[in-house]
Amino acid sequence: MDPSSSKRVGLFATCLVDLFRPSVGFAAVKLLEDAGCTVSVPSQTCCGQPAFNSGDQADARALALQVMDSFANCDYVVAPSGSCAGMMAKHYPELFEGDPELQRRARAFAAKTFELVSFLTDVLGVTQVRASFPRTVTYHDSCSGLRELGVQAQPRKLLASVDGLELKEMKDSDVCCGFGGTFAAKFGEISGAIVERKTVDIIGSGAPVLLAGDLGCLMNMAGRLSRQGRAIEVRHVAEVLANMTDTPPIGAPAEKSAEKTA
Amino acid sequence: MSVHANPTSPHFKDNAHKALGDPQLQQAMGKLRIGFTAARAASAARLPEFEALRDSARDIKNHTLANLDLYLEAYEKKVVEAGGHVHYARDAAEARKIILDICKEKGAKTVAKGKSMISEEIALNEALDAAGVRPIETDLGEYIIQLRGEIPSHIIGPAVHLTKDQIEAEFRKAHTHLDKDRNLEEPTSLLAEARGVLREKFLSADIGLTGANFLIAETGSSVIVTNEGNGDLSQTLAKTHIVIASLEKIVPTLEDASQLLRVLARSATGQELSVYTTFSTGPRRDGDPDGPQDYHVVLLDNGRTSMIGTEFQEMLRCIRCGACMNHCPVYHAVGGHAYGWVYPGPMGAVLTPSLIGVEKGGLLPNASTFCGRCEAVCPMRIPLPKMMRHWREREFERHLTPSVQRAGLGAWAFFARRPALYRLATRIGMGALGFMGRNKGRFSKLPFASGWTQMRDFPAPEGETFQAQWKRERGGR
Ligand code: SF4
Repeated sequence: MDPSSSKRVGLFATCLVDLFRPSVGFAAVKLLEDAGCTVSVPSQTCCGQPAFNSGDQADARALALQVMDSFANCDYVVAPSGSCAGMMAKHYPELFEGDPELQRRARAFAAKTFELVSFLTDVLGVTQVRASFPRTVTYHDSCSGLRELGVQAQPRKLLASVDGLELKEMKDSDVCCGFGGTFAAKFGEISGAIVERKTVDIIGSGAPVLLAGDLGCLMNMAGRLSRQGRAIEVRHVAEVLANMTDTPPIGAPAEKSAEKTA
Repeated sequence: MSVHANPTSPHFKDNAHKALGDPQLQQAMGKLRIGFTAARAASAARLPEFEALRDSARDIKNHTLANLDLYLEAYEKKVVEAGGHVHYARDAAEARKIILDICKEKGAKTVAKGKSMISEEIALNEALDAAGVRPIETDLGEYIIQLRGEIPSHIIGPAVHLTKDQIEAEFRKAHTHLDKDRNLEEPTSLLAEARGVLREKFLSADIGLTGANFLIAETGSSVIVTNEGNGDLSQTLAKTHIVIASLEKIVPTLEDASQLLRVLARSATGQELSVYTTFSTGPRRDGDPDGPQDYHVVLLDNGRTSMIGTEFQEMLRCIRCGACMNHCPVYHAVGGHAYGWVYPGPMGAVLTPSLIGVEKGGLLPNASTFCGRCEAVCPMRIPLPKMMRHWREREFERHLTPSVQRAGLGAWAFFARRPALYRLATRIGMGALGFMGRNKGRFSKLPFASGWTQMRDFPAPEGETFQAQWKRERGGR
């Protein structure tokens, strides 16, 4: 990219990353800065998806407006999550059907909003990263990123440039892990049965490391794998791409390093 | 009372719980999950123009729905010209009455039935039984569930919830007059066995009743696809043929029907076309080798016209291929009966609240992860998740959302709409949670997340929030 036109990227960390795994936020910052962007983290809470998917339009709209205001000065809005990026890029305009002025704003906002990995490859033209991870990994395609935003080839392309990394595809990598946001809480038993099924394919891949691009799905799969007593290391794909894998994997004890748990 | 009249949809969670503990159901679902998805994927891949075909299928139905009254009129005219009768039924009770009246008029003792979901929707078999008319299911799957006193668990494979062993056992129990050593290993031998028993009943049936996949306005024909040929038999052998169909089955032309047939079979079973595609147009004419003397079409509304002009109109494009449920992780996990009424899976989650009311069916559109796979495979490009969300909106507006869930969401939204307060609260909360979870890195029990922790651990947060760290390190830029 042209270094003279540094892009002002607002990082929407997502509430899950903000609260549960800040290291994914820092990994995203590093990837964006390495690619020449100027990164800011405007005030943020939640994109409004839980409200939207629960039928609570009023709160969803209020949160959408809050996000749009907060990120008004950014050239781009980037989130390390296909689910939140999908909410902002696909569903914000739907929220303001019947209000042409706000819908126009929501469309403009949607047009500058991207999921992290596809932003790196498709907008910034990144073709490789400087990272080393001499492990075999398998990759789960999270649903919203895959089906709403077409994120599928991009993470695989960048993972292929990581030193020493080997990708072993699991069967049905594009099948839902059963997370579904509030679904996991409302229908815990069914969600649990779906993730149980998912772990069969994860384990079947033979890879000791599981990556994906959405923290919700990752926490769900990590939670089930650890309940089963499986020592599979679970990480957000950004951590590997940013070469920031010193933090313990998701759901692993704080004091042990990644190498020891694996 | 039966599920038809008394849906168990409000007890979806209990139904699902039972289903998850049923090893035979789980085995059967495992087979469906692998078989149907692979077949559809292969057949879509074989046809490069499949995506374009889906677009045109969607357009055909959109055009039809926009002019539904016109096409219904044209269809009726053609049927009447050919010597048949068209009856409009506003609801299930009217449809049953029309059919029972025909049975009475004909003095019918038996009705040979082809597979029809509308007959399930109006609970026809029970009504026939009560009136002393015996319904004989001629579709293998329908026949099996009739033996078991069940309703279909899938819109194209009524008995997909059963294993082969269960089906074989059912046959041996019911067909005791047949040779005990007979081989019932293959579906074809089961079909032959069922035919052996059914054929004489076919022949003696007073009335043949079939559903319809499409009704063609241009010709007044009804079209039915089967893989067993039972559609033909039920409708050509009896003296009276009744077609029962919901009114959105109408399409303008024969050409339109053949386009839809192509996407239907590929999406349903992965076939290029179903084995038998049978057209029927009115009663037997002079010189026809076979066919009924009387031909009746019962067109059921049952709430469908009130979907037109609403956010649920697009659901009326559905051609009942079953692809959405074949690809649904929730359906795979719990099977069709858990949905508690006639239509299961994603299409059922949208349609059921429309047909039996959101008070009874409202849980179904909530039982979705919104993974979007249903929409991705729906040949008619019906935005199923979006419509499930619309149901959730209606529930929320009417305060039907469960109060615990509403309170949780309300508390979350309260903080999310107040960023400063949110940062303060989450900083404290995550700090505490992170500290408590440090040693293990996860929680196996959390008081507010039992739905989650029942089946899986809850990964502990790292501790300090991202925004707090960012502020510390970069001054909150
Ligand atoms: S909603 Fe779509 S995929 Fe589901 S049965 Fe109807 S046409 Fe088929």
